[in-house]
Amino acid sequence: MPATAPVHEGLFADDHLIGGRCGTCAHHHFPAAPTCPYCRSTDVVEVVLSDTGTLWAWTAVTAPPPGYRGEVPFGFGVVELPEGIRVVTRLTEPDPARLSFGMPVRLAIVPLHTADDGTTVVTYAFGP
Amino acid sequence: MSVAVVGTGIHPFGRFEGKTVTEMGIDAVRDALRDAGDAPFQAAFCGTAYSGVAAGHKVLGALGLTGVPIVDVEAGCASGGAALMLAAGAIRAGQYDCALVFGIEKMPKGIIRSSFFEPWREEAGLAATPAYFALRAQRLMRESGVTKQHLAEIVVKNRRHGVHNPDAMFRAEVTAAEVLGSRVVCEPLHLWMLCSPNEGAAAVVLHAGPARGGGGPEVRLEAAALRSHLPGSVLNEGTPMSGVADDDDIPPPTRLAATDAYEEAGIGPADLDVVECQDTDAARELLSYEELGLCPAGDAGKWAAEGVTRLGGRLPVNPSGGLLSKGEPLGASALGQVVELTRQLRGAAGPRQVEGARIGLGHTVGRGANASVVILRR
Repeated sequence: MPATAPVHEGLFADDHLIGGRCGTCAHHHFPAAPTCPYCRSTDVVEVVLSDTGTLWAWTAVTAPPPGYRGEVPFGFGVVELPEGIRVVTRLTEPDPARLSFGMPVRLAIVPLHTADDGTTVVTYAFGP
Repeated sequence: MSVAVVGTGIHPFGRFEGKTVTEMGIDAVRDALRDAGDAPFQAAFCGTAYSGVAAGHKVLGALGLTGVPIVDVEAGCASGGAALMLAAGAIRAGQYDCALVFGIEKMPKGIIRSSFFEPWREEAGLAATPAYFALRAQRLMRESGVTKQHLAEIVVKNRRHGVHNPDAMFRAEVTAAEVLGSRVVCEPLHLWMLCSPNEGAAAVVLHAGPARGGGGPEVRLEAAALRSHLPGSVLNEGTPMSGVADDDDIPPPTRLAATDAYEEAGIGPADLDVVECQDTDAARELLSYEELGLCPAGDAGKWAAEGVTRLGGRLPVNPSGGLLSKGEPLGASALGQVVELTRQLRGAAGPRQVEGARIGLGHTVGRGANASVVILRR
């Protein structure tokens, strides 16, 4: 089985997103950060975020943006999670016409591209 | 202490193969100083994002004008507005009588690459700047009754205005059908609904008032406000986190800067005669109507449909043609607006003159987030 590697450490583990929850102001955030971006408290714990949410906005990217190493077109949007946060994310559906406001979506860890050494680089995405 | 605009200069916005950003800056600064009757300035502020180390020094060095403090200022698309705020504040505080403010840029072609995004976001495709514009456009369409036809009409309006601006990059009229026929970059935004990053320079000379320049009436800089984003708000121009609370009640940076500027100038949006606002994309212009308080929240679509903001309308917006006609050289764009507004208030805007314009507002917003709002009055 070929090796896989996350696009960045700490974004997700065991097919779940890893965020932060502030013990002082109770806000969630993603990706997890050592300092709360709302109240600068360092009383932050890492938490597993919900795998399901609803679609808040979406589009498709049709030309490769700077530094991007995957296929186009790809879906791109914002998903609302029950924790009360909106996550900027890739979408597994690249056709905007097949998506709608408030549509239930689920997290998937998907291949992004193959690195020079043959490793499959994976990232998080949401889809219907 | 009042502050007056006593000189303006501009190097056209476009693509200038073989011309350096320094050379464009020299042209704009020379014109502004001439317009100001060679007023001796005691400090210079240069807005730029992509010009490298000591870019302002290179411009003034070539003109033999160094020795004064020269501060290069980066605040994304609002870099020129930030430079203006610093210069105006220093004059109001009595630190200087006269300051030179200029902005210069020579943008790389294509989608703007920004060190703002961490490498992993680029690799994952999350640094797709037009996609953020598209998501914002989609939300505006949902919340304010804006249609794709309205977006196309904004492009038609600004390109029609730009026909009369010799400093603009695009000077041909377009039809709504042509705009909607251009390729989709990110649904709902078509290529012609997006401005082109490009090259150019603009300069203004500020002086403690009362003071006049350019042979026209006194044009006072009544306010120059700069604000950044509040925590949260996933789709404003600052997107440092992928997931934030985005309480819909968080005021966007443009609204914060506008509130500051109206208060500083002692006016409200109903007093404005002419506006130059950030039209990075057609939806951004319509969103700015709401964020600047030009129209009530939710009325952007209605304003677009009624043509309120075309030349001859109740409140002309972007008589220069806006960024959709001029293109966007980041560091220069805010000062390009000040050049246009000064021309308008001097009554020297030719075929694109807003009749009887007395109070004008300039607005830029971009990466950071940074938003600047400038108010001028004659």
